[in-house]
This record gives sequence, C-alpha cells and structure tokens, in this order.
Amino acid sequence: MAEGRNVRVAIVDYGLGNLFSVKHACDHVGMSPRVTSSREEIFSADAVILPGVGAFGDAMAGLRRLDLIEPLKDVAGSEKMLVGICLGMQLLMTESHEFGDHEGLGIIEGDVVPLENVREPDGKALKVPQMGWNRVFRRPSSRGARAEDVEFGEWDESPLSEITDGRYVYFVHSLYVRPKDDAVCLSWSRYGNIEFCSSLRLGNVYGFQFHPERSGSAGLQIYRNIATMISAGMKSSEGATR
Amino acid sequence: MTIRIIPRLDIKGPNLVKGIHLEGLRVLGKPHDFARHYYETGADELFYMDVVASLYERNSLVEFIEQTAREIFIPLTVGGGLRSIEDIRTVLRAGADKVAVNTAAIRNPELIREASRTFGSSTIMVSIEAIRTSNGSYEAYIDCGRERTGVDALEWAKQAVDLGAGELAVTSIDREGTGEGYDLELTRRISESVTVPVIASGGAGCVEHVENVIKDGAADAVSVASLLHYNHIERDQSLEGDFSSEGNVEFLSGRRPTRGFSKIRHVTLTELKGYLGERGIECRQDSEGSVNG
Repeated sequence: MAEGRNVRVAIVDYGLGNLFSVKHACDHVGMSPRVTSSREEIFSADAVILPGVGAFGDAMAGLRRLDLIEPLKDVAGSEKMLVGICLGMQLLMTESHEFGDHEGLGIIEGDVVPLENVREPDGKALKVPQMGWNRVFRRPSSRGARAEDVEFGEWDESPLSEITDGRYVYFVHSLYVRPKDDAVCLSWSRYGNIEFCSSLRLGNVYGFQFHPERSGSAGLQIYRNIATMISAGMKSSEGATR
Repeated sequence: MTIRIIPRLDIKGPNLVKGIHLEGLRVLGKPHDFARHYYETGADELFYMDVVASLYERNSLVEFIEQTAREIFIPLTVGGGLRSIEDIRTVLRAGADKVAVNTAAIRNPELIREASRTFGSSTIMVSIEAIRTSNGSYEAYIDCGRERTGVDALEWAKQAVDLGAGELAVTSIDREGTGEGYDLELTRRISESVTVPVIASGGAGCVEHVENVIKDGAADAVSVASLLHYNHIERDQSLEGDFSSEGNVEFLSGRRPTRGFSKIRHVTLTELKGYLGERGIECRQDSEGSVNG
C-alpha cells in the first residue's frame, strides 16, 4: 500500500464508461485518483489512466471536444505512465474499424477490428461481446518457450509482475487490437479461434483489453504493480533533476 | 469459453430476500454479508435486483451499491425499477458496471437504444421474465412477474438485441425459487437466436441443474440464488441482525434454512464450480480468499 501513497493519478473523463470502478481500484491500492477532463490536471498528475466503455467514434469525438487529444499524445511522449483500459487501450491505436473507419490517437501503430465469426474448435459459435473471465498468457499459442521468443513473456517489471501465466481476468469487448509490431504485446488471450493481444506495452504506455479493476485479486495486483512503477518512476526522475 | 456463475441477490429495502415465482419474499439476511462472501469464494459477477424498487425510496440501494463498489472488484449488475436514462446514470455513478432493465424497456423499447448509445451496449442488460403459455410459447411479464404483456419472449429477446442490449438475463417465473431446475427450452431458444450472451436464471435446486442449463440450455452464464443463499445461512450462524423493519422474517428466526426447501440441495460456490469443472465445463476456479485485504 505504501508504494502508491501520494501517487496522483488522473482518470480521464470524456463522458464514457464506468470511471468509478477504476477510481475505487486506485483508492484501494493507496493511490490518489482524480476523475478529470482538465488538461491542467492531466499534465500535473504523476500518471494518466484512459478508461472507457462504448463506441470508438464517440470516444474520439469526446476527446476532441474536450481538446484532450494533444495532451494525451504529450503524456505518451513524456516519461509519465499512460494506461489505456478496454476502449481506452483501443484508442491508443492508429485506427479502428468499428462502424466505419475512425482515426485513433496513433500512439501505437496498428488497428482495432471486430470479433467476428468466433467459433469453438467444435464449430459452436461464440457470443459477442466476449463478456466474462478469460486467461492471459505470456506468449501466443503458436509459439512455445523457444529461445528466439525471449522478447515475449517478460512480465517482470511490468504491471503483470507476479501474475501467473494463464491467470483469469475479466473481459468485456466486441473488438480487439492488432498492433503492427507483435513485440508490443505484453499478453495474449484466446476467444474461440481468435487469438488477440490482451495487453500491450510501448515504453511508458500500457494498454489492457480486460478490466483489471473488475478482475478480483489478480486485477488489484496489477493496480498495485502500477502504483509501484509510478512511485519508482517518480523517484528516478527526482534523482535525475537533483 | 468460460461460463460465468453469477449470484443473484434480490434486495428489498435493507434486506436480502428470496421468493418463489418472484413472490412471497422471505428475509434471508443482510445483502452485504452475502455479497462479500460470494466475492471471496469465487463469484464471477454479482447481480443485485431491487425487487420492490417502484414502491420504495431508492437511497438505501444507492448506498449499498457504493459500498459494494468500494470493496468488491468484480462486475456488478443492478436492476429493478430503472425507468430512465437518469435512473441508469444514478446507478452507474454509484458504482454499478451494468444495469438490467425490464418493465421500462418493454413499455418503451427506445430506452434500450438510447441507453446503449449513451452508456455502451455492454452496459445494458435486458432482463426477460417469462411464463410458459399453454401453446408452448413464452410470454414476457413485467413488474416482478405481476403483470402480463402479451409480448412473446423470444421475439422480444431478438428485438432487445437489435435495439442494443449487450446481454440478456432470462428468468423463468414458473421455475424461479422452486428448485425444480431451469427452464432449458426457454433458455436455449433465446440463447440460440441471439448473438449476445444469455444468463439463465430461475430454478436451480442442485448442481446438476446448473450443468444442464449450460449443456442443454446453451446458457453463457448462470444466475444462482437459493442454491447458494441457503448454504451460506446454514454455515454462517453469525448472520443475525435487526430485520425488524420489514419483511417476512419468520423463516430466519426459525433458523432452519432448509425447512420448506427440500428441493434445494444447496452448495458453496467452490463446490458448484468444482463440480462443473469436473464435468468439463470451463469456469474460473480462482477464489479471492482474503488476498486483497
């Protein structure tokens, strides 16, 4: 708990989604969250969480209306941690194909595509949205733990630190991200015949397709790790300026 | 695909209640004790239904949602008497992740469209409460099973999804609270004709019923109440409290949980999930224990 004390987190409010469960999870691990749509508060926070449930186009319109697109890109370009959750993760991408084509924040190269024709191995059609608990894995199923795959599966010093491979977390989504470069994928998950990137990392930017704040103790561990990482980042930047 | 097990807590004022055919409510205890216990023993979501919402002041429900949202980190769906976008917003702002609508949606189907546009489709669950008719079809009922609508439940299910419902909860009023098993046909017919997840509700009296509605009823998730509640009452003798304010408390003061419920072979969540796992049904076996402190 002590790790996250005085960590000021801005939870970006652009009119969509359940911000309260994100806030409660931050509170629970001892961070100081603030739900805000103010550019100043986003700039002055130690870390920024971009949550979201709803439609991609509406979300981008909301961010544009509040003049938050450039500030979020600035955060991504800084040392500060930026965490996208669910739709918030999808918004990090270049573009989405949900109900037409929409430009995203373009922080991570790749697109967002619908879960379509999802089937079990026995041919049974699966429901969309995927709503429920599913596993996160360090590697895509096509790759075993081979030496050339060392870039996959490093969860130490990431928000997934101490999460066991194959742990269940909670998903609600109808689309998923396809990063151009697989190396940004922090975890992989499978829904029927579709394997997708369920969390990603690029420098100080992280994205989760699932909802850590609704994923029980596994999710709270992720929030604790995030708090620890933010604190560590604050200490090292204090050291740098000294 | 992982099946979700969702304890359903029917709430009347400050109390957890349980009826039969959605009527004859008995007071079972304090909702928060049960919610906390289910969270800690592996519930995949929680479903709160304010069963008399239209008749009572709502503040106690909102407080209860807030308390749950602060302490319980799994999805929470809240239903009962939500009539407008503002009602839905109130419940979501208190900390619910999803809302369930029935009566207001049947009276004004556009509410589903507007709500799913405003809050996201996956936030809007349509609850369908149905009774089997003599010709084998199912009719949707509203107001906690008190009022018939003339609406065919299957057609309504499809329409609700077209309007933007992200999920359906399908309750058989005939079976609700009886322990005689889910209505497999109702669940299967609806589940197979929509693309969104369907939660089967009403009738579980033993673990086999849950298995059946997943395997033969094509349920994507299962709501359970009596099956778990009576177990928790029997095991936790500390569930005393002041239930004087309302409701039929005779059952609790008798402290014989199974009396009159011989059809319910109650279990713990761990036992239920363990059984389903053995029968080849994938469900999350983690429990939260005391991990999150």
